[in-house]
Amino acid sequence: MYQEVLQTESVAAKKTHISVKGLNVQIGSQHILKDINIDIPDKKVTSIIGPSGCGKTTLLKTFNRLLDTSSDVKITGKVLVDGENIYDPGIEVTRIRKKMGLLSQRPCPLPMSIYDNVAYGPRIHGTRKKAVLDELVERQLRATGLWEEVKDRLNASANRLSIGQQQRLCLARGLAVSPEIILGDESTSALDPVSTHIIENLFIKLKEKYSIVLVTHILRQAARISDYIIFVYMGKVIEAGPAEQVLQDPQEELTKQYVKGYIT
Amino acid sequence: MKRRKFEELFFKGLMLLATIIISGSLFLIVGTIFYKGAPYMNLDMITKTPGGGFYIGKEGGILNAIIGSLYIAGGATVLGLAISIPVAIFINMYINGKTFLVNTLRMAYDVLFGIPSIVYGAFGFLIMVCFGLRASLLGGIIAVTLLVIPILVRTLDEVIRTVPSELGDATLSLGATRWETAKVILRQIRPGIFTAILLSFGRAIGDVASVLFTAGFSDNIPTSLHEPAASLPLAIFFQLSSPVAEVQGRGYASALVLTVIVLIITILSEICIRKFYKQKA
Repeated sequence: MYQEVLQTESVAAKKTHISVKGLNVQIGSQHILKDINIDIPDKKVTSIIGPSGCGKTTLLKTFNRLLDTSSDVKITGKVLVDGENIYDPGIEVTRIRKKMGLLSQRPCPLPMSIYDNVAYGPRIHGTRKKAVLDELVERQLRATGLWEEVKDRLNASANRLSIGQQQRLCLARGLAVSPEIILGDESTSALDPVSTHIIENLFIKLKEKYSIVLVTHILRQAARISDYIIFVYMGKVIEAGPAEQVLQDPQEELTKQYVKGYIT
Repeated sequence: MKRRKFEELFFKGLMLLATIIISGSLFLIVGTIFYKGAPYMNLDMITKTPGGGFYIGKEGGILNAIIGSLYIAGGATVLGLAISIPVAIFINMYINGKTFLVNTLRMAYDVLFGIPSIVYGAFGFLIMVCFGLRASLLGGIIAVTLLVIPILVRTLDEVIRTVPSELGDATLSLGATRWETAKVILRQIRPGIFTAILLSFGRAIGDVASVLFTAGFSDNIPTSLHEPAASLPLAIFFQLSSPVAEVQGRGYASALVLTVIVLIITILSEICIRKFYKQKA
């Protein structure tokens, strides 16, 4: 109980890393996100939950402007990252994206070796020295617990790894460009329970250094690892708050129904 | 009950017949060429250019046409690829916001795909006239390039569309530019690019109408882009039109050479396609 209170307080006290103000997203004639206003705390795990098709992934993709690549998208409102509106016309998109590592639903290694996968990001951003890259690759592979498993076959194709290993490789690849935020889009849904467990523990470990935003439709997962939960339904944020509160004592009727499993 | 059984048997019979006709005609074509051409097939045919009097049955071979065809098909494929890869990337990665434009472009290359090669030949000939070019290797390459571009763009476009969107998302979210992302995607579809090359080469080497006015014909192996070049389809045509039995036989032998080249290319591309889809799975 004491711990819960402490956690709740620390969430409230923590500074905001991403702040969404009046965000509206339309894709074609569909209004996907409606007037979103949320704050995502720094160095915490924040989970976006909600039924399929509610706009969770769309919301996540607005954070690193990946939504821009889809066709027929209209975005209005602001997304402030470190106080800077990433939708300002003059903003350099690649710099914003570099700030955030994305872990997608299915692991998607680049068509190259394990080593090159991790080194890809630093290389495109100008790191050429082999010694620096070697050190970086080892550090990130260790951070994701993959080093011991792959250190003897760094030059093997990344596609040879198991799905769980691939997902950790993708995480290491994202960490290699020193992001501040990790975005996870149902990152464990393609994985077996053991790999899921490994990834979840990694998230908990990584929140010391990074702010983590996860999209998940698994309530138990949200409960296991989140500090903060945002419940989205039909394109609107219904409730947002500390994980314990949203899951144990929801304030909104819709959240209650979702948590109890009445809305799926 | 009897009627249903009869129906079943009848249609099964029809399908079997159709299958036999198809595989039978393939067998017949290859068989005829082989039967008629094999006796005239010898090392000279594929290692020598036509000597004096080759077309009345004296010594020589069709090396000029083999090399000419390889030059034309190879040149057209390389040139076509240089144009098609940027187009396919542009359609898929740079203008994806504008669905109408993308659909229009896709329709455009589908229409180009269906245009008969003689039209490309005529068009290529017009271009050559405009630039004051004579029938030459270069002219042939240009006309055949026009012919293979739709094939290349269409194949590459389809292959790029099979790449999961997560791959592009992954590189973009590492802060890669769209061009850097395109390079990774091209790497992912390497077997697909190879397939496109083979399809294009196979089409280019067998086409006669597009080279008819543009490449001309010559008994020599072209040493520069401005010299006329022989091609296998035209060599076959000329020899078969001859009244001399010996020359006609060599026509079939030339057809045999062309068929073997196309067969090799088809088998190679089949292997590539399988490899590509296996890698994806």
